[in-house]
Amino acid sequence: MQRIGVFVCWCGSNIAATVDVEAVADALSKEPGVVFATNYQYMCSKSGQDMIREKIKELGLTGVVICSCSPRMHEATFRKTCESAGLNPYMVEIANIREQVSWVHKDKAVGTEKAIILGRAAIAKVQLNTPLIAGQTPVTKRALVIGGGIAGIQTALDIADAGFPVDIVEKNPTIGGKMAQLDKTFPTLDCAACILTPKMVDAGQNENIRILSYSEIEDVKGYIGNFDVKIRRKARYVDEEKCTGCGTCMEKCPMKKVPNEFNMGLDNRTAIYIPFAQAVPKVATIDANYCLKLNTGKCGICSKVCLADAVDYEQKDEILEEKYGAIVVATGFNPISLEKFDEFAYSQSPDVVSSLEFERLMNAAGPTGGTLLRPSDKTHPHTIVFVQCVGSRCDASAEKGKEYCSKICCMYTAKHAMLTREKYPDTEVYVFYIDVRTPGKGFDEFYRRAVEQYNVHYIKGMVGKVVPEGGKLKVQASDLLDNRQIHIDADMVVLAAAIEPDKSARPLATKLTASMDTNDFFTEAHPKLRPVESPTAGIFLSGTCQGPKDIPETVAQAGAAASKVISLLVKDNLVGNPCVAKPDELMCNGCSSCEKVCPYGAITYEDKPFRGPNRTTLIRRVAVVNPAVCQGCGACTVACPSGAMDLLGFSNRQIMAEVDAICK
Amino acid sequence: MQVDKNWTPTIVAFCCNWCSYAGADLSGNNRLSYPANVKIIRIPCSCRLNPMFILRAFQRGADGVILCGCHPGDCHYTTGNYYARRRMTLLFSMLDYLGIEKERTRVEWVSAAEGAKFAATMNEFVEAVTALGENKRLEDFRCKQ
Amino acid sequence: MKTEDMIKEITRISGGNPAKCMKCGKCSGACPAYDEMDYHPHQFVNMVLDGRIEELAGSKGIWNCLSCFACLERCPRSVEPARIIEAVRVVTLRKAGANHLKPDDIPARLDDDIPQQAITSAMRKYAK
Repeated sequence: MQRIGVFVCWCGSNIAATVDVEAVADALSKEPGVVFATNYQYMCSKSGQDMIREKIKELGLTGVVICSCSPRMHEATFRKTCESAGLNPYMVEIANIREQVSWVHKDKAVGTEKAIILGRAAIAKVQLNTPLIAGQTPVTKRALVIGGGIAGIQTALDIADAGFPVDIVEKNPTIGGKMAQLDKTFPTLDCAACILTPKMVDAGQNENIRILSYSEIEDVKGYIGNFDVKIRRKARYVDEEKCTGCGTCMEKCPMKKVPNEFNMGLDNRTAIYIPFAQAVPKVATIDANYCLKLNTGKCGICSKVCLADAVDYEQKDEILEEKYGAIVVATGFNPISLEKFDEFAYSQSPDVVSSLEFERLMNAAGPTGGTLLRPSDKTHPHTIVFVQCVGSRCDASAEKGKEYCSKICCMYTAKHAMLTREKYPDTEVYVFYIDVRTPGKGFDEFYRRAVEQYNVHYIKGMVGKVVPEGGKLKVQASDLLDNRQIHIDADMVVLAAAIEPDKSARPLATKLTASMDTNDFFTEAHPKLRPVESPTAGIFLSGTCQGPKDIPETVAQAGAAASKVISLLVKDNLVGNPCVAKPDELMCNGCSSCEKVCPYGAITYEDKPFRGPNRTTLIRRVAVVNPAVCQGCGACTVACPSGAMDLLGFSNRQIMAEVDAICK
Repeated sequence: MQVDKNWTPTIVAFCCNWCSYAGADLSGNNRLSYPANVKIIRIPCSCRLNPMFILRAFQRGADGVILCGCHPGDCHYTTGNYYARRRMTLLFSMLDYLGIEKERTRVEWVSAAEGAKFAATMNEFVEAVTALGENKRLEDFRCKQ
Repeated sequence: MKTEDMIKEITRISGGNPAKCMKCGKCSGACPAYDEMDYHPHQFVNMVLDGRIEELAGSKGIWNCLSCFACLERCPRSVEPARIIEAVRVVTLRKAGANHLKPDDIPARLDDDIPQQAITSAMRKYAK
């Protein structure tokens, strides 16, 4: 039997005006297990707390019930009070007689009666409370960033700046991501490379940052503060330590017909390559799919010309095993494949390009050296048609495209149109739009400049079809405001393709047990209040892997994710929530029902020996809850068919005792 | 059926800690009244509600049971309220089969900002249960003192 | 029939949903018979949504739609304008009444220029 003390608070007149606090204390003093009951003006005041402490020591109370305001207000206060008096903080229960009684019921008799019942329920619960001790787990003070685009780089730089070691795992040979491919950035039109490459160099030189390029995540185990990660370092057939990035091998490589991914396949590269001049790390990589030596055994020129002796055809994939305290996902996006959008003739004519391809065609480091030329005949285009929302905002039942708005297309299309008109004033530029969406600082002004200063023809309507004919692209479209159909003979058509999460994100999410939405964007722990955390503790989100974003938003989110990581890594130990699920091993039959409903992957199974009849030992599969990962929602307790799973602090017996007390 | 004029129903409201309990607090903060027969039990998430608790409430003489949770998609634990919704759909149809009228059980989504909705829901629910009268179908009279 | 019922009926027959339209105009951009119509594909979707069905049914343009399904194929929102206009035509014909086509009458009306689909469509349209 517990020795329970009941403390009824007046809250000045907030409670006392509509609840007879004396009668409440009096009635509750007669409840079983209650050895003391009193009322006081302000329980949360210093003198009120002192009284609670004193009574705990004096009467040896094993449980405390406080009839006061909402537990959301002062539960933590009273738990601390009791803890300082040597009572386990989880032996405190609050009966909410302010928000649920005195403030909503005007009749004093009614209020008093309800307050007594709520007090009884709290007492009934405390009777069954058990002291709980929050577990502590040590934190590995290192972070892993998956993805080396601007999101990953910024997150890594911010974490490293706080003094914690960070590893960036990038699947490509260099960091930089999509931003490295861009020409100019909206709305200020500064060049992407000029603002990105210094950050890449910073990341490469920062002593706290290790860049694991050309690597992928193989496996993730563990939980917040203690992740064990296996990283596959793909064989690049070049010794990273030895390679100086001089580029001689690229000059001599005879295999020169490899589509260049960095330029969206608009030109070719060699089989041994450095993706672009500012790559970090600036190390050559051999493309095993095209290398003559690796495929036929004949060649070996790069090895011969390499003065650093860095080429190693025998290199194998390596598996690195590392420990981390936090993981940041920054896997980014890709434009969708336009193969299915046959009406725009993307597959039929090289002059129909995606916006990212157009970006490369405008870029000084691109395949045309920054001169805008038609891919088909390398002539200067005089009429360019831009089509927005290609694959964005489609119906869920449509066979192609995405349901969401890709967010960045309106702005980059305005940028492309403006840059084209600026460089080549003799070019007619048409933009077909459904809506122009420009919420953002300086964004609408930017779009208006395209219309007003650069005379870009913005037409409300959509292109219905594009037909390549006689070296031209016959564009048929609607002009909804003019209510007419228009026909344009264009030289180039640029499609603002929807963006989608990188294909590597889905298998990664499975490895991390991080949840995703139907579009394969990672879901956040709370859509408004916890936007950079995954529901899985210790996993953080940075950049477009969480949803479409432009560069400023990505950088802001990257910083936010870094600050969350830092506030985790500065802790030596993590204090858990002790109200976690706890299975009864003797009742558990290992059916996996609980594991399936757990949103955090906190439940695993173990084969444990149990004593069987006649001195035998039985090996049985039973559920094990990791208290560091469990958040205490209780979904598993209800899913368990044998009733083996219970939730500490909100156990079946405790809640039933409350039900009984209320229904009596 | 004899009608006791002083009879008021006993209503048990299970509220999730993150949205609905806070919503109930807000209706208190705003002094929005609802009948005193509603007694709230705090649970961490609507998915913590074991159907057993509802059966127990009816067994011990409750006249109505309501579960309040976060709106779909807003669950603090991401998916808890979806489990609750499915479980309650099954349980309520079974209770209906057993003769516990549909109006005696309810699931309502109340966010932390919806104090007014909480009060309105409770007023409405109490009214509906009062109209049905006492619930004796599952009540275990051995529990009565 | 009340306007609301008319909208429901047209939506039911067409199997599409005009409310899904985001007014992008791709249907009208794709339409090969655009200049033959007084109301254009994006307009008739909107007119059905607005309940201006009498007006639409009275126009000559709806009979000039080729049912080529270009708009339906390209609509990003699965509104399916071609089916909606077909539904308007069907409702108009059914309302006019006394237009049954008896299977026995068909052979006499056939000539080599009539495509197979026209015969099938006629059966579908005129059958009450």
